[in-house]
Order: sequence, then C-alpha cells, then structure tokens
Amino acid sequence: MKYSSTLLEQLYHMMVKIRYTEESLVEPIMNGTVRCPVHLYTGQEAVATGMCTHLTREDYVFGNHRSHGHYLAKGGDLKKMIAEIYCRETGCAKGRGGSMHLISPENGVMGIVPIVAGTISLAVGAAMASKVRKDKRVTLSFFGDGATGEGVLYESLNFASLYKLPIIFVCENNLYSTHMTVKKIRPPQKIAKIASPFGIKSFSSDGNDVLKVYEVSKKAVDYCRSGKGPVFIEFFTYRLRGHVGPDDNIQGSHTEIRPLSEVEKWKKRDPVLRFAKYLISKKVLSQNKINQIIQEVNNEINQAHTFAQNSARPLANEVLEYVFK
Amino acid sequence: MSLNKERKLNFALAINEALTQMLESDPSVMLIGQGVMSPWYVGNTCKDLLEKFGEARVLDTPVSENATTGAAVGAAIAGMKTIVVHPRTDFAVYALDPIINEAANWHYMSGGASNVPVVFWLIVNGGGEQAAQHSQALHTIFAHVPGLKVIAPSTPYDVKGMLIAAINDPNPVVFIDNRSLYGFEESVPEKMYEIPLGKGIIRRKGKDITLVSFSHLAQETLKAAETLALEGIDAEVIDIRTLKPLDEKIIFDSVEKTQRIAIIDSAWKFCGFSAEVVALLAEKTSLEGKSITRINIPDAPAAASNSLEQAYYINAEKIVSRVKNFCSDKVIAN
Repeated sequence: MKYSSTLLEQLYHMMVKIRYTEESLVEPIMNGTVRCPVHLYTGQEAVATGMCTHLTREDYVFGNHRSHGHYLAKGGDLKKMIAEIYCRETGCAKGRGGSMHLISPENGVMGIVPIVAGTISLAVGAAMASKVRKDKRVTLSFFGDGATGEGVLYESLNFASLYKLPIIFVCENNLYSTHMTVKKIRPPQKIAKIASPFGIKSFSSDGNDVLKVYEVSKKAVDYCRSGKGPVFIEFFTYRLRGHVGPDDNIQGSHTEIRPLSEVEKWKKRDPVLRFAKYLISKKVLSQNKINQIIQEVNNEINQAHTFAQNSARPLANEVLEYVFK
Repeated sequence: MSLNKERKLNFALAINEALTQMLESDPSVMLIGQGVMSPWYVGNTCKDLLEKFGEARVLDTPVSENATTGAAVGAAIAGMKTIVVHPRTDFAVYALDPIINEAANWHYMSGGASNVPVVFWLIVNGGGEQAAQHSQALHTIFAHVPGLKVIAPSTPYDVKGMLIAAINDPNPVVFIDNRSLYGFEESVPEKMYEIPLGKGIIRRKGKDITLVSFSHLAQETLKAAETLALEGIDAEVIDIRTLKPLDEKIIFDSVEKTQRIAIIDSAWKFCGFSAEVVALLAEKTSLEGKSITRINIPDAPAAASNSLEQAYYINAEKIVSRVKNFCSDKVIAN
C-alpha cells in the first residue's frame, strides 16, 4: 500500500494525541483530582487510530471501559472528554457518565459502557438500523479479549451473520482481562477463529503497527460497506498501563500482576515510538517536526485540563434530570 | 354513531392493529423478537406483519434473547423506534443487561446526549400447567429501575392507544402483556390514537372500597366488583394501567373517599407493587381510619399441577372472597 505523507502525519498525530492525553491523566489520578475509574489506552493507540481513519463521521462506534482512544480517533472533542473524566457539567455526558460513558453522537460515538460485552449487541442493533435505512453506514464494536467469555458475543455473531449486517467486531487482545492473563481465561486458540463457525470473515493482525491496522481496516470497511456482511478482527496489542489507573495497583508504582520482563518486551513494540522511528527513517517527518507535533498536542491537552478544572460540577438539585427524555 | 355499530376487536388484534399502523406510518418503526411468525408464541398479535413489512423491519429472531434485546436497544440508539417481543416474560430474564444496565440508564449516563425509544414487550402466560418458568409476572423488577416506564393495559381500546404511545415515547417502555386477555373483545376505533402513559382510569365508581389492579386482573377485579355489589359492597375499581410513572392521585383520591383499599397484584407480595402502593399511602396521605389489604399470589414459584395452580393464581372469585372478608361489616347478612 502507498501512503501520502499527509495521511501518515495524520495517523501519527492521532496516536500522539491519544498517548499524551492518556499520560496526562496519570498525575491527576495519582493525586486524586480525577476519581472516577479510568482505564488508560496507552499502548493500544494504533488500533483505534488505524480503524477509525477509514470511517466517516456518520459511521458508528461503540466502545467499552477502555475507550478514550476510540472516542478521540472517531472525532470526539478532547475538552469535553477531559471534562467528563473530571465529572464536570461541561463534559460530553455532563458529568453523569465519567470516563466509562463517553459519548458523542454527532461524531458517531454512540455509546461506551463498562459492562464487558455490553455494547456488542447494541452495535449489532445500530448496524441493523443502517441496513433497514440502507444508509451505508458501518458500525464498529470495540471490545477486549475479556469479552470473549461473554455469551452475548456469540449470540451477536450469529445474529449479525444471519442478517449480513454491516458491523466490524474489533477485538483488542491486550493479553489481560483485568488481572487475568488471556491464557487463564481462554483455551489457547486464536480469538479470530471464534467468528468462523458463524461464517464471518475474519482477520488477525498486529495491533501495534498502525499501518497494518490501517490496511486490515480498509479491507474490513470496504467489505462491510459493500453489503457483504460482518467482519471480525483480532488485534494483538498490549496495555502498557494497569487495568484501572496507571498501574496494576492503582496506588503503586510497580506491577505485581505482570512480569516486568513482559512489560519491557512490549515497550520495545510501543506503537507510537515505533511509528515515529518509521516516519523518520522514511523521511516523512523530521525529529523537529515530531517534537513540534508533541508540543502542539500537549498544549491542547493542557488547555483541556484547565478547561475541565475550571468547569463546574453538575448541580446537586439537578440529580433527577435526564432520567427520562 | 351508535355503540353497537362500532367495530369490535379483540385484545390480540388490537395489538396487531397498533403495530400495523405504526409500521405503516413511520419507517423508523421495527419489530423484532422470537416468535413474531408464530401464533403459537404470540397469538394473532403479529399476524401478517412479516408479509406486509418484510424481513428487514419485522424479524423473527433466533433464540438469543440477550443479543436480540441488545439489538433492539442499539437500533433505537441509532434512531429507530423498536419493539422487541419476549413471548414468555421469563425469557427476558436473559436480557436484563440491555434492559436494565443499558436502556434504563442510557439517557441519564449520557447526560441527555442520547435516548432509547424501545418497547420491551413481555408476555406473561401463567397457568395451563406450564410451571415456574413460563409464568412469572416480573413487572416489579422493571418498575424498580429508574429510567424505565412500565405499562400493563387491560382492554383492547387501551392496549392499542397505549402501545402506540409507548412506541412513540422517546424512553424505554416495558409493556407487560397477559396472554389471557387476548380473546377479550370490545369497540376499538380504527384511527390511530394515543392514550397517555402514566394515567390510571376508574373502571367502576363505588363508595365502599377502592380496588386497584392492572392488566388481566383489572378485568377480574371488575367482574368481582359486580358480584360484590350484589353482596352490598360498592367497590370502586381503578385500573392503574401504568405502573411507572404511577398515577398516585387517582389512588389517593379514591381511598380518601372509600377509606378502604385492596391492591390486587398478579405478582408476589414481598417488595412488590402492592407494597409500594401501601408505602405511598402511608408516606403521602393520612392512614388514620383507613384499612388496607393486599391480594397477591403465594410467595412461591408456580407449580405445574392444576390443583396447585388453583391455589396459586388470582381470579374474580378469590377477589370476591378476600374482599368480603375484609369488608365483613358491609356484607348483607343472609
């Protein structure tokens, strides 16, 4: 595949935006200014970035507890996201949702929930709506390896296949389901294989290489949009931070769950650094340009934090707002 | 137009007409669920819908209540108005996640950014030696959860108007439907109309006791009231129609007048709808001089055997006997 330098820069910019946003939350989590459960996406940036680049604003995305990256890659507003993580009225869910309920329907971010596998069937329904309306939208359902233990995933695969729905099931296999290694929660087979009994086209791919993600995503989106039915993709990736918060022990600075050697091994495959090296070697971006991008992103992130911290919390007398429309 | 010239429909066909008219008039309406092709499951409620509106908008689904219900919720989030049927309420228990965790909370947890216009249609099918897992009336569970509306119409006229209102409602609505009503026939206008959710109705005026019920037991209660009248007890019958939001006023006003109330609920007593009505009366009105009783099914699962079913389910006869005991001072001595 040939890539324009504009596209490559755009991919890099988004990955940097996600990475530095996630890392900017570490300190506020540690010092207690951010209190809601926050599941950082650090290490998985290539998946959201590569997948969402092929989508239009109208396409749908459903996410899970670890969905800051999906929200941003799909065009969600950074300020509103940070404000939501601070649980402020200016947040995308007006402080009612927190980090685990980001939403931006105007950008196709339809909903995000922490009930593992909770949005998979919802995504199937959105795809069903698209099929009825013949609106050519594609729906992405992001979930982790942990969700493969939930029965609703298999019901949803069956349903989507039967009705040839335009949905892409995106499994981010980051090797851990909360504190459990994937080896302890699943028999040792490739997750992508679970789709084949349902006759669903499936792919496995390196999820830490944004260009590989981009390529497989293009195939999947084209297939889906042309009405051929659902696609299942398994991305191998790794969360460099803990399940909730910066580390496996929220308060700690070390990991008791994962061997340090494993973390070190995956740090060498860091999708952001890896892509930066690639872009420099291909002379697409200079180190100066990269520094400039990082600086710009950080400025934007700092402004978002300031905006959030200066925003009011929802009013206590509005506790009954939004129960019903 | 005189009454006897009006067109009559039974309860099942009134549902069918509501669904047909909504599917005809609004392209965003769709119906999915297990059994929409099968009268064995859903009576005549879905008659001809698949043929008229096609497989894209009327889907008879594989046995997968969780995904099917989630799909109905997701389609609603994506701008459709969906109805998902569970031909036995018990089957919907598999789908509590999309109903309770997702649909009920959705508008709130998105700070109003999104909403879920879905109807969860749960058919209660108690009796007929079907035992515990084909008969449960679980309205209490749903009425407990903020963000869900719970309706339980009892007449063909109401079910048409309330189902149309429920489909057009921007919120998730749980429609509790009792299969035993399906043959009940009355005049139903052909035009589309809505009956607002959250409004009870006085089915019979009376001065001695207030009887509150809903769904098929509203009809049993009405029959019971006619018998009670012969015994000298003039009962006011309230069909509450919507469990949530509850029309408290219609109950409070009636009890103020009669000073007595019996709440007749097709489900269990403990932590249930009847307990809620009593609690509301205690909290919001004066109980002084008032008497209260509750008529519920025994605190046990439903057994298959007909002899045990006789002891289990509530009918007009049982209501008469319980109310007579409760109002023994009013009963005309034989």
